[in-house]
Amino acid sequence: MQEHVQLDQKQINKELLNGVLQMPKWWPGATAVVLVIFIVGLCAFGYMLNKGVGVTGLNRPVYWGFFMVNFVFWIGISHAGIMISAILRLTQAEWRRPVTRAAEVLTVFSLMAALMAAPLVHVGRPWRADLWVFPYDFARGVWINIRSPFIWDPSAVMTYLTASTLFVLVALLPDLAIIRDRSKGFTRVAYSVMCLGWRGTPRQWKLQAVAGILLSALVLPVFVSVHSIVSWDFAVQIGPEAWHSTIFAPYFIIGAIHSGVSAVATVMVLMVWLWGWKNYITPDHLDAIGRLLIIVATTWFFFFFLEWVFALYSLEAPELAMRDLQVFQWPWSGLFVLFLLTAFFIPVPMWLFRNLRRSLWAMFISTILVNVGMWLERFLIIIPGTMRRGHMIFDWGSYHPSLIEILMVAMTFAWVILGMLLFSKVFPLIPLFDIKEAMVGRDEIKVGRKTVPASIRE
Amino acid sequence: MAGEKWGMVIDVDKCIGCQACVVACQAENNIPINTEDLYNQRRAVQWIRIERYWEGEFPDVKARFIPVLCQHCSDAPCEPVCPVFATYHNPEGLNVQVYNRCIGTRFCANNCPYHVRFFNFWEPSWPESLKNQLNPDVTVRSRGIMEKCTFCIQRIRRSTRDAKAEGRGVEDGARELNPACVNACPTDTLFFGDLNDPDSKVARMSAEETGEHGRGYHMLEELGTEPNVLYLKKVDKNAKEASHA
Repeated sequence: MQEHVQLDQKQINKELLNGVLQMPKWWPGATAVVLVIFIVGLCAFGYMLNKGVGVTGLNRPVYWGFFMVNFVFWIGISHAGIMISAILRLTQAEWRRPVTRAAEVLTVFSLMAALMAAPLVHVGRPWRADLWVFPYDFARGVWINIRSPFIWDPSAVMTYLTASTLFVLVALLPDLAIIRDRSKGFTRVAYSVMCLGWRGTPRQWKLQAVAGILLSALVLPVFVSVHSIVSWDFAVQIGPEAWHSTIFAPYFIIGAIHSGVSAVATVMVLMVWLWGWKNYITPDHLDAIGRLLIIVATTWFFFFFLEWVFALYSLEAPELAMRDLQVFQWPWSGLFVLFLLTAFFIPVPMWLFRNLRRSLWAMFISTILVNVGMWLERFLIIIPGTMRRGHMIFDWGSYHPSLIEILMVAMTFAWVILGMLLFSKVFPLIPLFDIKEAMVGRDEIKVGRKTVPASIRE
Repeated sequence: MAGEKWGMVIDVDKCIGCQACVVACQAENNIPINTEDLYNQRRAVQWIRIERYWEGEFPDVKARFIPVLCQHCSDAPCEPVCPVFATYHNPEGLNVQVYNRCIGTRFCANNCPYHVRFFNFWEPSWPESLKNQLNPDVTVRSRGIMEKCTFCIQRIRRSTRDAKAEGRGVEDGARELNPACVNACPTDTLFFGDLNDPDSKVARMSAEETGEHGRGYHMLEELGTEPNVLYLKKVDKNAKEASHA
């Protein structure tokens, strides 16, 4: 099915380290731009620290706004890592190889963005984050109310962040050694330290492989736990309408995979465009991720449909009022149509065509659309919910995000892009050893008249 | 002795919507002045508010009032969701907010079906001329934390302490025990007292009115929050005719 270009080791080293050992032309400019956006966002945060949460558009009863939307969005994106590197690794999907690291790094930085978006800037007293985000006294139970989903959240996110960081580090070791061997002076010393004395002995390779597989297996519970817990931030509540639903956990998880895998596809296209790695990320890879996305998107759409069925089945007045707001009231109605089109009805039909799945532009546009749609999905769940179209019609709310909030949302996006760019300058975004392993796995030798695989996969 | 369980009865039939309770609460509890600007931002703080609903079509239109304050739910949705125990249930049946613990996640406010929890979006401020009027018994809340009706816990504390020192029980319905809103109400709409004391006015009223022919109901009862505020519904003389028409 797949055409393979066999590349020799030298060429792999040269091409995949082009971002690290040389400076791509576009890199300084792009980094400077996102750095400026990030700093502007930090200034906005500083302004909010100084003046109070009043500088946002939040009010009573819309107490949760853009920050929460962003939190859920980034946690969703972070599901890319676990899907690509753990699930696809354990199912031995060959096409994962060039994207595992990019997916994991995306996970690490989007989890940090999520931590930035909710616990740090969302609350009234961010300087107390150490008391509950990084609970120092779990054992004494003085500060922590473990019944609160806001305690489960940081625990789940921190677990995931730790696991993903370990993933990235373990997979980096052989590549760091390659860079060490090709650099001089201080850089060489730095990489020598970072690669922890990697010599490429059989024992080291074995340990590294075992660590990777163990991490993949151990991290599997996180696959369901993280976004379930995020969904319970909402599902445990009886205040806002339409949140108190048991479907929320699986619905959020599959939505997270939808947005996460799409984000990985976007990154794949960018890697071809920016670093020119078209020998490594081929149309076959895009084809494979496109087919995976059709299944994920359709499952997600099924859950979305179920959520609506469960909501409308009771025919309760507040629930109906909230749904009416979501679907028929301007501007929510416009956003709702946009959300349906971008999250499902434009991208999925596109992926059904083989030519479009194999086209860089088509995959880039469709996966960006998915993430626009998935951002809107969270927005349409959270904001109309908090507007409280309940029985107390005297108190119905409305919400307009302020400039400060928008800047801080932009800050989280800038942070993720900045993180990826900085990472790509210091470490190779495509795992060299993994590519070489694949090449070896595809080597063929002649036995008599027959050509057979040189190695057998266990 | 089972201890106290403070509760309130609100006779909606008597409410004339004068907002005296709102002003009294504002003064007693050091609530910053709700300026027009704050109302436009939808961030006004009113621990007790009068909700006004219009009923009927012009010209036959009626204003209906209902005072809404923290219901001090026995099974309060705001309590389990707070990550730092800033809100909890005290042994006297009060839903208490600990300002110093609060970190301002606003989770409690989100989960309150009655919308009676308020967030301090700004640092509170008063005109110079009003600073000496602040109540020394009540904390001034800084920005970034939640606040809500306490049933004037400072008044409950002072009157029970004084009563204990003098070796007597707290008098039911005494002015020094009642929250400020109850004292200020000109039409006796609000009643406050110990629901565990069978002789107290609130206990007797709730016993009478929660029966089959009583007017008592709890707000949003179907959510199962078990509020300690009992509402007595309006006696509408025209209700029957309206339903026939």
